[in-house]
Amino acid sequence: MTPLVSLRGAGLKFGKRVLWEGLDLEINTGEFFAVLGPNGSGKTSFLRVLLGLQELHSGQVELGGRPVERGSRRIGYIPQQKSFAPDTPLRARDLVGLGLDGHRWGLRLSGKRVNRRIDELLELVGASDYAKVPLGQLSGGEQQRLRVAQALASDPQVLLCDEPLLSLDLHHQLAVSALINQQCRERNSAVVFVTHEINPVIDYVDRVLYLAGGQFRVGTPEEVMTTEVLSELYDSNVEVIRANGRIVVVGLPDATTHFHDDAHSGLAEGH
Amino acid sequence: MDFGTILQTIFNFENYGELLQLVQNSLWAGAVLGLLGGMVGTFVMKRDLAFAVHGISELSFAGAAFALLIGADIVLGSLIGSVAAALLLGVMGVRAREKNSIIGVIMPFGLGLGILFLALYEGRAANKFGLLTGQIVSVDTVQLQALAGTAVVVMLVLALMWRPLSFASVDPDMAEARGVPVRGLAIGFMVLLGVSVALSIQIVGALLVLALLITPAAAALKVSTSPRVVLLLSVVFAMTATVGGILLALGSRIPISPYVTTLSFLIYVICRIIGGVRSRGGYNGRITRTAVSSPARVSTGA
Repeated sequence: MTPLVSLRGAGLKFGKRVLWEGLDLEINTGEFFAVLGPNGSGKTSFLRVLLGLQELHSGQVELGGRPVERGSRRIGYIPQQKSFAPDTPLRARDLVGLGLDGHRWGLRLSGKRVNRRIDELLELVGASDYAKVPLGQLSGGEQQRLRVAQALASDPQVLLCDEPLLSLDLHHQLAVSALINQQCRERNSAVVFVTHEINPVIDYVDRVLYLAGGQFRVGTPEEVMTTEVLSELYDSNVEVIRANGRIVVVGLPDATTHFHDDAHSGLAEGH
Repeated sequence: MDFGTILQTIFNFENYGELLQLVQNSLWAGAVLGLLGGMVGTFVMKRDLAFAVHGISELSFAGAAFALLIGADIVLGSLIGSVAAALLLGVMGVRAREKNSIIGVIMPFGLGLGILFLALYEGRAANKFGLLTGQIVSVDTVQLQALAGTAVVVMLVLALMWRPLSFASVDPDMAEARGVPVRGLAIGFMVLLGVSVALSIQIVGALLVLALLITPAAAALKVSTSPRVVLLLSVVFAMTATVGGILLALGSRIPISPYVTTLSFLIYVICRIIGGVRSRGGYNGRITRTAVSSPARVSTGA
């Protein structure tokens, strides 16, 4: 069976700064794959490579046996939560509709069929009650549910998630990650989940790619999230503590970083 | 001049039936421009380009003034000016802040050039004034056909790029990830906007283009967020303002623009009040269910 996503000898650098190099990786259908690492380690760039928005410096990347292409319908994408302005001229259902046919030229002619599909997607993510509410009046968590519905519109084989839980409260973190896992298990999509906090999805993750200091490790959370591996990656004494099925990493060089800083540098990374 | 005379100057409905015959072309032109302005305006609002419209219109004015000076076709002059300005903004102003400062730089320059050309021009003063305040009453059939033809082309192109342009306007990052040519659409829309501004200038003049390209769409957005309803209302508002403005202005010797802008403004004020009352009532379309615990379907997975 050919893997859904495959990278061979993939490398990425900006100027002289090497983010990662010699990355060989295969991601299979139905796999929940987390990408972890500190700020600026190239997590978001990794997603941009899969989206076809970022060229590799070396090596190849394929999706379903073909080179990645921008705007592929086989990919669903959930961006970082970024609130819409209060006066955004769009209702919840219109945002989902954009995921369905927003990329097509011309006007929407087949209204009935599209509306039915939008209703299904809203139902799936539990957003039916606010289908007609203006986007700007929804909470961050509600908007992020709509992002899930929008990404699932094309029933994608690969679901790319860029810190989708950032700045959500615990309740919505659980709900949104459960929705993503549901697509992974029930529809057999591969999920690539970029995050710097593994715990909200630790129960779902099959394998981890950990990027740090120009190096990387791939393996199950048990293999990668250990004191030895992370100490080596960070080249300093890092301690991994497991408690209650959760993982706590102590002594990270950038442990003082706050969530919001990461959101900004995550955007800057792409350039 | 006492108040009665002023009022009679502003509203004069003598020989109305005969006058109506004479301005049929103007009415059609007004309707076409209302339709176009209402459509384009919704995207101007979505893309936050109100200030850009103003900047484009000033350069369009400079182009028209130059055409007047050298005896060329005024419409062509204003078209060249506004499309050049629109392209410049589309290519240079990628980020919103940058765009605004570029407009701020272009605007006075264009206006200054326009005034220079008008000062050099030695023809009728009414021609000069018309560029700034509009002069639709004298539209002949050939002009009307050219205007309608251009407007139809703009609307067709706009219809063709409707969905991806909406996507790129309200959700640009996602649109890019979805393969929508965000940058190409931005430049394409600026060209359409440039043409629309040049056409609208003929009816309301360079100073008041906003009344046709911004106010109707802004008013529509105050009362709805449904894309279809907003489009429909925006077009209806713009056409009401232009056609209504022409009908009111018929008998008087005052330019048409104050009527159009006032109607436009009144519609906006009414919509704002309606929107304000509604939001105070807390109505936003949300279905509230009583005492249904935990969101349906999604198990928390913990």
